[in-house]
Amino acid sequence: MIVFILCFILFLVGLFGLLTSRNIIKIIIGLSFMEFSVYLFLVLIGYIEGGQAPIVVKGIDIQMIVDPLPQAMVLTAIVIGLATKAMLLSTAIRIYKKFRSFDIRKIRSLKG
Amino acid sequence: MELTLSVLLLFMIIGAIYALFAEDLLSALISCGIVGYGLVICFLLLKAPDLAIVQIVVETLTLIIMVAVVLDSTRHDLREKVVIHEKGNSYINAKYVFNVLTVLVLALFFLFFFNQAIYKLEAFGEHTTRMATAYIEQGAEKTGSANLVTGIIFDFRGYDTLGEATILFTAVVGVLTILRLKGHK
Repeated sequence: MIVFILCFILFLVGLFGLLTSRNIIKIIIGLSFMEFSVYLFLVLIGYIEGGQAPIVVKGIDIQMIVDPLPQAMVLTAIVIGLATKAMLLSTAIRIYKKFRSFDIRKIRSLKG
Repeated sequence: MELTLSVLLLFMIIGAIYALFAEDLLSALISCGIVGYGLVICFLLLKAPDLAIVQIVVETLTLIIMVAVVLDSTRHDLREKVVIHEKGNSYINAKYVFNVLTVLVLALFFLFFFNQAIYKLEAFGEHTTRMATAYIEQGAEKTGSANLVTGIIFDFRGYDTLGEATILFTAVVGVLTILRLKGHK
């Protein structure tokens, strides 16, 4: 129970960073914290106390394996997270080249 | 088990809070690494070795890219202050207060759904596999893979992986387009 609450707190810390910072890099950092907390939450749900890693070896009781389905889903999500973060960072590089600043309040003159 | 994870998560939360309030962007990125690599240890403790390997690679890659971006531009962070002192008189920063209030409202909104979800779930460590039972029982025979996670990703849910590959390709094309030096005037 307490790990779920701590996971939620990590999500809120990321949300705070996402909404209150002016710096684009800080916004990307806050977004990645939210991502991390969701990954951890999904893997925590699938954990079984005393379970083994989901790798089948002859001679091990098959009932005591942690749920492999959330792990497979999170594996997909991590790779997609890398792709979105690369997009965000390249946008940040372009914005810095054009406006000489990471400040989101100076990007109001964006046109076209 | 739960205690170990809680201590790790507390450590990660402290790192996350430091990352958001650091003056130097480089130290903020390094504390972002605390959270990412703490997640790797959490995955190892939760018996998810595939996730730990992928997360280590992804975290190292993102950290290197972000450090390259920051070293190439500026390390100085733009801090928001609650009270602004300007030309002798001081007043409250209304935009910052509004942002913090928005965070509080959203936090209450998410807390409602978190509360709803947490009572539907089993307690930590007492999960019962419903959908994955068939995968666990027949996965090794049907896919021929000893690792059930890769068996699920590439066999039972192969179309998901195809979509993931499409997203990766789109992201690479997008990055190349955004970073292209030549362009229309």
